[in-house]
Amino acid sequence: MILAILVFNNHGKPRLVRFYQHFPEEIQQQIVRETFHLVLKRDDNICNFLESGSLIGGSDYKLIYRHYATLYFVFCVDSSESELGILDLIQVFVETLDKCFENVCELDLIFHMDKVHFILQEVVMGGMVLETNMNEIVAQMEAQNRLEKSEGGLSAAPARAVSAVKNINLPEIPRNINIGDLNIKVPNLSQFV
Amino acid sequence: MPAPIRLRELIRTIRTARTQAEEREMIQKECAAIRSSFREEDNTYRCRNVAKLLYMHMLGYPAHFGQLECLKLIASQKFTDKRIGYLGAMLLLDERQDVHLLMTNCIKNDLNHSTQYVQGLALCTLGCMGSSEMCRDLAGEVEKLLKTSNSYLRKKAALCAVHVIRKVPELMEMFLPATKNLLNEKNHGVLHTSVVLLTEMCERSPDMLAHFRKLVPQLVRILKNLIMSGYSPEHDVSGISDPFLQVRILRLLRILGRNDDDSSEAMNDILAQVATNTETSKNVGNAILYETVLTIMDIKSESGLRVLAINILGRFLLNNDKNIRYVALTSLLKTVQTDHNAVQRHRSTIVDCLKDLDVSIKRRAMELSFALVNGNNIRGMMKELLYFLDSCEPEFKADCASGIFLAAEKYAPSKRWHIDTIMRVLTTAGSYVRDDAVPNLIQLITNSVEMHAYTVQRLYKAILGDYSQQPLVQVAAWCIGEYGDLLVSGQCEEEEPIQVCLVTLG
Repeated sequence: MILAILVFNNHGKPRLVRFYQHFPEEIQQQIVRETFHLVLKRDDNICNFLESGSLIGGSDYKLIYRHYATLYFVFCVDSSESELGILDLIQVFVETLDKCFENVCELDLIFHMDKVHFILQEVVMGGMVLETNMNEIVAQMEAQNRLEKSEGGLSAAPARAVSAVKNINLPEIPRNINIGDLNIKVPNLSQFV
Repeated sequence: MPAPIRLRELIRTIRTARTQAEEREMIQKECAAIRSSFREEDNTYRCRNVAKLLYMHMLGYPAHFGQLECLKLIASQKFTDKRIGYLGAMLLLDERQDVHLLMTNCIKNDLNHSTQYVQGLALCTLGCMGSSEMCRDLAGEVEKLLKTSNSYLRKKAALCAVHVIRKVPELMEMFLPATKNLLNEKNHGVLHTSVVLLTEMCERSPDMLAHFRKLVPQLVRILKNLIMSGYSPEHDVSGISDPFLQVRILRLLRILGRNDDDSSEAMNDILAQVATNTETSKNVGNAILYETVLTIMDIKSESGLRVLAINILGRFLLNNDKNIRYVALTSLLKTVQTDHNAVQRHRSTIVDCLKDLDVSIKRRAMELSFALVNGNNIRGMMKELLYFLDSCEPEFKADCASGIFLAAEKYAPSKRWHIDTIMRVLTTAGSYVRDDAVPNLIQLITNSVEMHAYTVQRLYKAILGDYSQQPLVQVAAWCIGEYGDLLVSGQCEEEEPIQVCLVTLG
């Protein structure tokens, strides 16, 4: 069982925080900080497993992490998960992010935190591995994003703008302007759709 | 009131903050704006506001005032709203709060929604944080979805069922009929989560375990197909077909084969096949091999297979990849009791790992080394362990010293060797030995009557040079007090009689 998935940068700033077991908020933040300090101490040429800190219950839990450029991806797991398997899973997750964001970088994770959560949801559910086929995950994400787009998306602003303009009361335009002998016929202005 | 700012804008603003205090101020301002927006009950912007709240929550700021808003989003008709609403519920709510029960009806409706992605959201949320009451209410819906032909929903329903079973174990029976056809699936996602579900059921109930033993042939067949299938682009990872599924199946086979001769025999061949045919140049291959080894060691496999497994671990120890070395040491530690002789064959490689640069590997190697010490190898091993004690990081010294004392006590070839070893530990890592070491040593010295002269001389010489290590000084002081006469009388034949000067210990 995966207890938590944490992504933070080289300075410890959290980019994704997902716990699959309940911890109060202050403890969650403490765990993020402690994990960062544990992982920061590690050289790049030593193994990617370490015993988790004191805050996450006991010796049954391990931290398995990978370091990509400016980001650490850390999975906190119990003994029922294969350490090498989780390393592969982290790779799958990162490569999926790469496919969804097209050459993903830290900024993508910063500005699209919600999307990253949604992608993760298709990989891990309830602390258990759900799907590992990257193409499958990307296809499901694209379908859901299309569904969102068709509803107007998070901001919903463009739809509002359109409806706002639609509702503006354009003053009545006279069809015929009669000035003395001149008779000007005003063309029929099409309705703003 | 102006429209609430977009999530992206908020993030951009917060990133311009130069200090923690500045960031806090911006967040507080935005929280206030969000609160008023919530009060206005505006449906259009609720989604945007909750998204911002979740971002601030990740940074460590309180967001509990958004909990009810998440529920409102879940109840909305729009997929966009539901998506953020469910995510918010999973991040902000838990079953300790009564509020979460209000979700039950929404989830029930969404489990039957016409859009599969809405159903998916409901399954995901229930499977992550459903309380026992919710699980009881909704188990029927989950069971229905476990039988659907829609593979996207079926795989989620399987994991959701695992959560339901964990929360309400009595409901396990209810899912039994649905498991009949799970392994006939072609879709790997469904296969994978089905195996997880079967594993959970077998681990929880001996009856279920007995019942599912009949699946062993089918599991063996699926595994065989994966290995022999040749290249399949959709499941291929570095040339291996769906390594994650292979590992899952191997784990289930382990549970089914444990303590059962028939099942173990049925899987002997496939295990040998996987062990010998898996490509080991990439990590995925090694993950499968590793799981195979664990399975072989845990079931009632024939001895040839067990030796094969331990030799694979031995090969892992020589691998360049430090992760592989680490898991090999961990597994050897687990098997050293049952297959002691086989592991002994790799002793020299294990002892070499004591010199590894990696702290995690050193620790494992140390534990394993102590497990391998016996009457035959005590002298050689102790040499290596004392050298390790000398050069290792401070965090190891206490455990190492204790381990050495224990080993010396059990297997010391002679009293003199024993005392020399102890002296070595006290002089090398004297300040790290545990408190109980001192009285134990004193006891040992008392009992070795013939060694008293030798011991007191050695101890005296040791503290002459350096009296900074307290345990050493304590033992020495006691010894000199007890056997001081032997010190000056020159009774020890091997050492020169010495002139004792009174040394004031400051």
